[in-house]
Amino acid sequence: MKIPTQGDSIALLESLSQTKFADCYQCGKCTAGCPRSAHMDKMPNQLVRLLQLGQVDAALGSDAIWQCVSCETCTTRCPKKVDCAAVMDALRQVSYERGLTSKQQAAVVLFQKAFLDSVRRNGRVNEVEMIAQYKIEGFAAMRRLGFLFDGALLAPQLQMHRKLHLIGEKVRDRDLVRRIFARCMEVKE
Amino acid sequence: MSRIGVFVCWCGENIARTVDVDCVVDEVAKLPGVRCAVNYKYMCSDPGQTMIREKIASEKLDGVVVASCSPHMHLKTFRKAAQTAGLNPYLLEVANIREQCSWVHSDRDEATEKAIELIRLSVAKVKNNHALEPIKVPVTRRALVVGGGVAGIQAALDIADAGYEVVMVEREPSIGGKMAGLSETFPTLDCSQCILTPRMVDVGQHPRIKLYTYSEVEAVEGFVGNFEITIRQKARYVDITKCTGCGECAKACPLKKNKSEFDFGMGTRSAIYMPFPQAVPARPVIDKTVCAMLTRGKCGVCAKKCAAGAINYEDEDKLVKEKVGAVVLATGYKLYSIGKQDGPVAGYGEYGYGKYKDVIDSLQFERLLSASGPTNGEVKRPSDGKTPKNVVFISCVGSRDNAKGLTYCSKICCMYTAKHTMLYKHKVHDGQAHVFYMDIRSAGKNYDEFVRRAIEQDGAKYYRGRVSKITEQDGKLIVRGADTLAGEPVTIEADLVVLAAAMRPADGVTELAQKLNVGCDQFGFLMESHPKLRPVETNTAGVYICGAAQAPKDIPESVAQASAAASKVQITLSSTELTREPEIAHIDEKMCAACFRCYEACPYHAIEKAEVRNRKGELVKRTARVNAGLCMGCGTCVSVCPSKSADLEGFTEQETYAMIESLI
Amino acid sequence: MNLGYYPGCSLHGTSDDYQQSLKACFGALGVSLTELDDWICCGATAAHMLNRKLSIALPARNLALAVRQGCDELVAPCSMCSMQLKKAQRAMVQDAALAEEMATIVEAKPGATRVLNLIDVFERVGLEAIKTAVKAPLKDLKVACYYGCLLTRPPEVVEFDDCEQPESMDRIVEALGATAVAWNYKTECCGAGMTMANEETVLELSHKILADAAAHGAQCVAVACPMCHVNLDMKQAAIEARYGTKYGMTIYYLCDLVGLALGLTPRALGIDRHFAGRNA
Repeated sequence: MKIPTQGDSIALLESLSQTKFADCYQCGKCTAGCPRSAHMDKMPNQLVRLLQLGQVDAALGSDAIWQCVSCETCTTRCPKKVDCAAVMDALRQVSYERGLTSKQQAAVVLFQKAFLDSVRRNGRVNEVEMIAQYKIEGFAAMRRLGFLFDGALLAPQLQMHRKLHLIGEKVRDRDLVRRIFARCMEVKE
Repeated sequence: MSRIGVFVCWCGENIARTVDVDCVVDEVAKLPGVRCAVNYKYMCSDPGQTMIREKIASEKLDGVVVASCSPHMHLKTFRKAAQTAGLNPYLLEVANIREQCSWVHSDRDEATEKAIELIRLSVAKVKNNHALEPIKVPVTRRALVVGGGVAGIQAALDIADAGYEVVMVEREPSIGGKMAGLSETFPTLDCSQCILTPRMVDVGQHPRIKLYTYSEVEAVEGFVGNFEITIRQKARYVDITKCTGCGECAKACPLKKNKSEFDFGMGTRSAIYMPFPQAVPARPVIDKTVCAMLTRGKCGVCAKKCAAGAINYEDEDKLVKEKVGAVVLATGYKLYSIGKQDGPVAGYGEYGYGKYKDVIDSLQFERLLSASGPTNGEVKRPSDGKTPKNVVFISCVGSRDNAKGLTYCSKICCMYTAKHTMLYKHKVHDGQAHVFYMDIRSAGKNYDEFVRRAIEQDGAKYYRGRVSKITEQDGKLIVRGADTLAGEPVTIEADLVVLAAAMRPADGVTELAQKLNVGCDQFGFLMESHPKLRPVETNTAGVYICGAAQAPKDIPESVAQASAAASKVQITLSSTELTREPEIAHIDEKMCAACFRCYEACPYHAIEKAEVRNRKGELVKRTARVNAGLCMGCGTCVSVCPSKSADLEGFTEQETYAMIESLI
Repeated sequence: MNLGYYPGCSLHGTSDDYQQSLKACFGALGVSLTELDDWICCGATAAHMLNRKLSIALPARNLALAVRQGCDELVAPCSMCSMQLKKAQRAMVQDAALAEEMATIVEAKPGATRVLNLIDVFERVGLEAIKTAVKAPLKDLKVACYYGCLLTRPPEVVEFDDCEQPESMDRIVEALGATAVAWNYKTECCGAGMTMANEETVLELSHKILADAAAHGAQCVAVACPMCHVNLDMKQAAIEARYGTKYGMTIYYLCDLVGLALGLTPRALGIDRHFAGRNA
């Protein structure tokens, strides 16, 4: 395995996660406590190891970062105070910005994107609008008809329990929300 | 007029390459008061020293300046040479023209110029030097050893065998320390008590060892060679001179269900109890917090049973004073308290220690393994007494953990964990040991082979990774760990979990250290003088440390350090007088205004508040006075004294001003 | 007692049964809420997953609104919201440059408003006061108190209860006369925001939680987070189908239980709008 040079990516990831990768002594406690580790292609400690070795792209393209449920168990238990959950967030952000997100996890990425788009438009999440966008974009990406109709039965059930709100709320100062978004990230249409 | 000799060394090429030594000699010979000036290739060599001695005699020199390397190197050598020639050694100064000149400059002219100036300074100083005599301090040729574990025992025996009296103070009712409670020791698997108890008996029977058990050091006064120690002998409620150690009292005591300290809570003991069968002294003690007679005035069965009439409910703590010349601190360790917060150090809530009965620490497991333990050496689950078939051992609990607060490696856990797996396997043939580790630290003699034996021959399974959480389900402990080598999470259903908790200094050590002016590091371990070269000395003269009190270590190292401390003690006690360098502070009592700023400032507590009285005993004045035994010559008092009564011998104000004036 | 109120998107959306319940319950306890005017989404999972700046800016905006509206204390009943608000606050306290940047981005200055979760409010009212106010003690009810991830983690951010063995919710449940069972999954993740995008995850993790609760004798589960509620309640049927086990476990918001003990009807508390369980 060739060890490539660190480059700016490592500095960026360390800055986003406010951690120093060298602090990690690879004890594996994060992996041990992670509720999703059995499903991950790379264990949490392995992701940090890849970053220690400068193998940024391998980490950015992993499935694992999108399998993570952000439960913060890793960060809480780490004996070296490495904020592993923040490292996962940093990897997700850079992966998304560089278009390196793992294909298998496209659904998760699109869901979060749809969520943010809805917030950007309305200031608060409009659940119906969000799900509609998620389904449409997801289908376009995955070309699976089943995807469109997964969970469709939920709608009538929600209605039965008076939980379906077709009309979402809109914040008054929506322009500010748009400005906040513009200042923080590049919006992907 | 002074008659000063200047001796300029070439130091081979080290000085001569950069400094023109011939030129220097020519110039300094012209300085007023300089009688002769010579240079030589190696002034510290025999011929060089002979040259100095001969010149002192032939030129009747009353002061010498050697221009050479740093005084750290050869000041003592040159002063000895002067002394041999009949010149007071404190009339010799070293001008450092190597580290402070030839080694830091490259321009020959400038370096030569500087060398001359440096010698000028030293010549000016030497003209003002006083002849000084070394200070003699009387020595009490006895030693105190605090702590009766294996380190304390070794130190005490070494010192006592060398012919000196030893006072040993042990906090528990018996000596033996943690080693007395272990089952077998690595890497030989010797029975711990079998190798220790003969030593314990030696201590108990040694004609020169005075043993105070169930006692603590209450106060310390004095200084090296002259310590006065106040010892508190806690009330045992048993007269150990009358008691025969028959044990009938413990048998008769109705309160039998108290958690045994010796078994670390794994077993029980009665209110009046013998610490353990091989205790030295083999005498019982009454736990005054639970004894019915002492708390409520009821019962009294043990006194009735005692044929020797040794029980005394009226017993009280006693304070005893002992005079010693040197002190050895061998206070040992305790284990990190896993379940709860201990001062600034957090506990491990995720392992369920204290919540689940079958999660225990390493010392508790030792008691289960021990043939004289609460289960007679059979490995049994504390919850239901069944034999565990799957035991998980977790390393690094508390240690190497920045988040909990103890960043250091506890050193012995890798080895004793391997030992635990082997002893477990030897007792439970169809049992399986699982070890979660981060690294294996097995750096001693035969240590690595020992760990490999555990894995290769006794079948212990080692997983490289830590455990995140332990929960209990249907009587089994679910241990969620990881193996980073395979890159997988690993979950084990265990019957018993043993946590290798970090070694920490024993409780109360910081307070004890303060009484002796000994420092502690941020974890509470006693501070050595120099981590490499002076591992058993402290910055307080006459006080030595050894064993786990200084840092986590195993038995061989504790024993080695104990013998080292003993040898240091023997140096201190080797004569009836201690010689100290005379370059210490001195206070002119006529001028002293008794403001005692020096008393407040002195970091060695070496200034005393004294009274000057006339023949009738009337008070003339108060004054500060330097204790020649304690003063380390740092000069702090000199700098804070507003009346200039304090001065430093060997570095007086006069000498210093002379040096400065010579340059102007 | 009057407190600022930050409902968050869920409490105005699919989980507005939670809002109904807490308003009824607080009303009975004399706690009045003033909703933060024009609040915006806290960013939830999506913001911190995709953009760190945004994940601090959105909560920062809300914290600035709180200052502007004279709000010293803000109740955020959703644990994701309360955690994100606290996290943003802490990041800005530790990094002055970041605080300045945020003030520019959100066009207002965020402040040191104290963020409270649901359990905090009940602790403010006081266990003794709640005990006294109980009219219909929940005798014989065995409750598994489920804290989820973000009420107690990360401990330096949320500074609430013990992250390994929390007891705050248990104490409240006990004060209501019910029994809080000892169980192993108090703080294990339910699957969080993966409900739609990765349903398998939620089914697996939430199944483990329900199984452990049942194994320890719980008849119902108490939660203090709308996401946990959705995963354990709305998804319970799917879990039962996937794993072939019948749970029938009611998932109560903590305020449901408090409200019931105070004598409020299930209808008033919105309990009839839950999906699962009727065995308790």
